[in-house]
Amino acid sequence: MESPVKTLVYGYGNPGRGDDGLGPALVEKIQAWIVENNVLGVDTDSNYQLNIEDAYNIKDYDIVIFADASCEDIEHFIIERVKPDEKTAFNTHSVSAGFVLNLCNNMYGKKPLVFLLHLRGYDFGLKEGFSDLADSTLNMAYNYLVNIIATPRLSKLLESVK
Amino acid sequence: MGQKITIEPVTRVEGHGKVTIHLDERKNVVQTRLHIVEFRGFERFIQGRPYWEIPVLVQRLCGICPVSHHLAAAKAMDVIVGIMPEDLSPSAEKIRRLMHYGQFFQSHSLHFFHLASPDLLFGVSADVAKRNIIGVAREFKELAVQGVMMRKFGQEVIEATAGKKIHGTGAIPGGVNKHLTLEDKMKFLIGKDPLNIDYMIEWSKAAIDLFRGYHKDNKDFIDNFAAFPSSHLSLVRKDGALDIYHGVLRAVDAEGNKILHDVDYQDYIDYIGEEVRNWSYMKFPYLRSLGKQNGWYRVGPLARLNTCDFIPTPLAQKEFEVFKAYTKGKPNNMSMHMHWARLIEILHAAEMIKELLSDPDILEGELVKKGEKRIEGVGLIEAPRGTLFHHYKIDGNDQIEMANLIVSTTNNNEPMNRAVESAAKKTMTGQDKITEGMLNAVEVAIRAYDPCLSCATHAIGKMPLEISLYNSRNELIDFLKS
Repeated sequence: MESPVKTLVYGYGNPGRGDDGLGPALVEKIQAWIVENNVLGVDTDSNYQLNIEDAYNIKDYDIVIFADASCEDIEHFIIERVKPDEKTAFNTHSVSAGFVLNLCNNMYGKKPLVFLLHLRGYDFGLKEGFSDLADSTLNMAYNYLVNIIATPRLSKLLESVK
Repeated sequence: MGQKITIEPVTRVEGHGKVTIHLDERKNVVQTRLHIVEFRGFERFIQGRPYWEIPVLVQRLCGICPVSHHLAAAKAMDVIVGIMPEDLSPSAEKIRRLMHYGQFFQSHSLHFFHLASPDLLFGVSADVAKRNIIGVAREFKELAVQGVMMRKFGQEVIEATAGKKIHGTGAIPGGVNKHLTLEDKMKFLIGKDPLNIDYMIEWSKAAIDLFRGYHKDNKDFIDNFAAFPSSHLSLVRKDGALDIYHGVLRAVDAEGNKILHDVDYQDYIDYIGEEVRNWSYMKFPYLRSLGKQNGWYRVGPLARLNTCDFIPTPLAQKEFEVFKAYTKGKPNNMSMHMHWARLIEILHAAEMIKELLSDPDILEGELVKKGEKRIEGVGLIEAPRGTLFHHYKIDGNDQIEMANLIVSTTNNNEPMNRAVESAAKKTMTGQDKITEGMLNAVEVAIRAYDPCLSCATHAIGKMPLEISLYNSRNELIDFLKS
């Protein structure tokens, strides 16, 4: 299987803080699926947080899907298009997906199509593993992604999602 | 009528920081406080875990400097498995050092290009919409790209030595688990432009020149903004050299007199106390010999250059001599010179990376040693933001029974409060309304220290910037949210 567009799935969060690790866990599942199905054209990456070097890391992709745990009042997960964001952080410890995109635009003149998958988390306490609700979110988001990435419909599908 | 001004810069899943500034009826600043909700639960979280897991587990404390926690914990566990720092194999020590200098290089570069360079290039009074790294990327593209590549280079050194970007496993009790590969060594030494060490050294020198240029044109601001006398504490090598991985604990007062005489950090508890104040969750460390009132100290780049006698790499030593000459050999107490000190340390880290990459021990040699097990160990390291203490005791089942961590931001608690007070008094005295410039002045003072606000959790929906203004009756009279 080969993706028609060069795609990066990038999860971030802290696996030591319960549901905050949803992003990296999703990426781990996607990576296993990529290997098992010999999917070409889709890469994965993960980290604790996004930072400025991610502007470099995303510059050569057509589509980037970030995945992060969310405390918002949403059902399971939502995916939204990321727009360039100028908000700067108070310290150096993290930046937003929009900030990374903006930096990428300005430094490298590249404009990948960027999406953020918000994965609803419930328990951010000091522990490994997920709450039951977050566990279902993880599986649903995984099924959603494997059904769209590496298909010719990817760009259209993602472009239509708000 | 008196007022209480509250600046809430960060709200995270496990904590947040805010600044409160109290004005009297004549609008004089009478009290300032920086509140940081420190995350202490981690010390309890790791109780009951096997000691060998700790160097990996503690990396979850911070997304920016996990390597510092990794190495501090590994050093404590070395002691527990009966290997004192001096007994580590040459290969293990050098590979750990390479990891640590990679960490310093990336963390300091990130701070300089992300937080400091916008202020230096556009001026602190420039429009906040422009004065950020996006603005730098627009107007000084080459410099912004250099900053990103320097951060990336350091991250790659970490990955090559720690094994992974997240939850690296490189350092283990008694040593490390792998050598550097020849492929990685050559990549860092002579790799594809510009990701090789010679570029990193050149760019580090250029960053110092940038600071010097700004300093020359803005002497009053750089020398006087948030400046205050203080003591300084750090590790130094036994011969007095700057050493961020291992050494003895030294502190000097504002005049340069030694007030902590190169002591063994295994005994830190005899010298360092931690005061609890009822308005802050974060403790206030102090030197026991001077007491709670006078024993506070600064840690970090400025402190390190004030405590050490020399820097053991030639280019950084040359810059150190200029730095020391500026204060005629006395300790430098100017908060904004923290940026200068940080840049000299970036250059030193780059030189050390080059030296270590050329050392054959990183490719071969003994990796792990074991000795007679002990029940208690202290690991101490200079993290980018300052001295980091890890102290553990284990029980008969090899499980953690007690953990005490004093992180760099905690060590800098009192100095950051002083810096905020200094900035607030200068900009807010006699004012009726808080302007963007005033808020920025306070933030600039704090940003020099780049405090870590329990950053390792980062969920969407939990990071608003809030600014609240209260009157003396604690009534909210103004509110801003980013």
